[in-house]
Amino acid sequence: MAIGADITGPGRPARAWLLPLAGRVEGFVLPVAALLTGFLAFAVFLLFLGKSPVDFYALVYKAGFGTAFSWTNTLSRAAPLLFAALCVAIPARLGLVVIGGEGAIVLGGVMTGGLAAALAGWPALIAMPLLAIMAAVVGGLWIGAVGALRQWRGVNETIASLLMAYIAIALMNHLVEGPLRDPASLNKPSTAPLAETLKVGDLPGWNVHWGLVLGILGCIFAWVLIERTTLGFSARIAGGNVRAAQVQGLPVGKLVIGFTALGGAFAGLAGYFEVSAVHGSANASLASGYGYTGILVAFLARHNPLAIIPVALLLAGFEASSGLVQRRMDLPDATMLVLQGFVFVAILASETFTGRIDLVGWLSKGGRA
Amino acid sequence: MSGEIGLWAVPIAMLGGAIRVSTPFLFVSLGEVITERSGRINLGLEGTLVFGAMAGYALAFMTGSAWIGVLAAAVAGSVFGLVHGLLCSLPKVNDIAIGIALMLLGTGLAFFFGKPFIQPVAPDLPSINLGWWSDLPQVQAALRVNVLFLIGAALALALAWMLRRTRVGLTLRVVGDSSDAARALGIRPARVRILATAFGGALAGIGGAYLSLFYPGSWNEGISSGQGLIAVALVIFARWSPVNCFFAALLFGAAGALGPALQSVGVTSGYYLFYAAPFVLTLVVLIASSSKSGALTGAPRELSITK
Repeated sequence: MAIGADITGPGRPARAWLLPLAGRVEGFVLPVAALLTGFLAFAVFLLFLGKSPVDFYALVYKAGFGTAFSWTNTLSRAAPLLFAALCVAIPARLGLVVIGGEGAIVLGGVMTGGLAAALAGWPALIAMPLLAIMAAVVGGLWIGAVGALRQWRGVNETIASLLMAYIAIALMNHLVEGPLRDPASLNKPSTAPLAETLKVGDLPGWNVHWGLVLGILGCIFAWVLIERTTLGFSARIAGGNVRAAQVQGLPVGKLVIGFTALGGAFAGLAGYFEVSAVHGSANASLASGYGYTGILVAFLARHNPLAIIPVALLLAGFEASSGLVQRRMDLPDATMLVLQGFVFVAILASETFTGRIDLVGWLSKGGRA
Repeated sequence: MSGEIGLWAVPIAMLGGAIRVSTPFLFVSLGEVITERSGRINLGLEGTLVFGAMAGYALAFMTGSAWIGVLAAAVAGSVFGLVHGLLCSLPKVNDIAIGIALMLLGTGLAFFFGKPFIQPVAPDLPSINLGWWSDLPQVQAALRVNVLFLIGAALALALAWMLRRTRVGLTLRVVGDSSDAARALGIRPARVRILATAFGGALAGIGGAYLSLFYPGSWNEGISSGQGLIAVALVIFARWSPVNCFFAALLFGAAGALGPALQSVGVTSGYYLFYAAPFVLTLVVLIASSSKSGALTGAPRELSITK
């Protein structure tokens, strides 16, 4: 068994091997129950407003997952959510709550839009990876700075990252309406549109851009890093008990800065794909809230990078359906925000049941102290 | 527009702006001081602020009375605080995370119910002209002070006195410093924290009502852009002291007024950068007032962010 396994000490009862299994079951059952509770609470909310929850969820299914076209929309929206959720889940391994991924997304996008103009004549084979790397670097520096502030100055990373998200958005508005503005963009100030050669295309046979594949690969990479390497194991120890990690000689500072920077790099990539595959130039559409929905995705996935994939698909489906649902049911555009709020509160409240589902004790008496 | 006083218009406008802009900071941070003194942090006040702005505006529009709007905002805010306080009293539930969720939910609900109130015009809160002695219109404009600002200033003093001199204040401080000590004294920490969070929510709601009923004085979805969050950070800077909160709020108000003040004398370039000034300032004071060991002087010991 690899390092991620539960540590069995002496004197554990014979059925101790069930413990990790119980953890797995709990890790699946609790979030699903919380998700359903959130949906149910939202259904009650709709009933109070005189709207039909059945219609609502039926429309969400139809517009989010019902047809090939709706899947296209859902999958395109899932890509930035995957990256944004990684920006929360990777630092979470160290016990850090980083919620400013929106800032890294926005800056990654501005870097892509701004740099692409300078790289117009370059061969795509060099320019495209360069753009992606630079977007990741900007995002990584931005969120890595949050980790550094935490490590060196003890600045609360949750507040700092959110403040920096506001600063990043102001910076983007300044750049997009000022120095980087394309004079041809009249109604919506934008950077110059990307050259066709630099745009990221669709997956063969699909109407979904490559960001989705990269996002899934990113999740797998993050899972391997966290669950199957010494680095990930060290991070988990540091997240549990900083003092113990320091006594063990683990490089806590480097872990904190490295993990936050890696999360930020993924968020920066979200910005890269939004510009190079969706919008075609950097503008205010970059700050469309993927960073905040990503927080919810990560919490629902319990910061497990592999679980992020299905959760991101689910929430992307809801976002994809929001337009149709609002029009058909005459609901305001904040509807999905309210639903996400309900689900978020439910998933956090469900934490209180952690460790209370006594599967081992149920299977074997006295299996758990 | 600046007339014969030239560039003096900038500091005068900033003073007036500081008074105008600081009021929401003041109310949110005073509320958060009480919450944090009990050992909890409520990051969701940004959502409460936005919901308070919507609820206050809606009720003021429907009843025709701005004060009923303020009351409604306070009630709505206390409900959000109550939800936060109750949920965080469950074992293993993290107060910072719940705050993030309520930030999202509060904003979402405010936008959801606020849609019909974007167009109509609700009555304003009254203000008092403290600039009557001056002939300069700029000075008069700067010193047209809203009643809520004065109430907030008085509240800062009252809360400081309450924390230091009353039984309620002592209870709050004991709970914030040690749950065990509180229990030994027969105090129920969870109950005190729930009430303290509800009180904090109510004040944040009032701060929101100020936004929609006085300055800027209308309800729209962009009404608060992080003021609630800045106010929470400001509490750390103010070292959990209500009186310090008052001065910190004025400082942040001045930073927030920098952009509009420069605009009033014709400086328009870099508008967005000036707009970011309060956020940059908050980050700077947060860096300056934190310490590597995590221990902050004056911090309630049960507070999760300082542990």
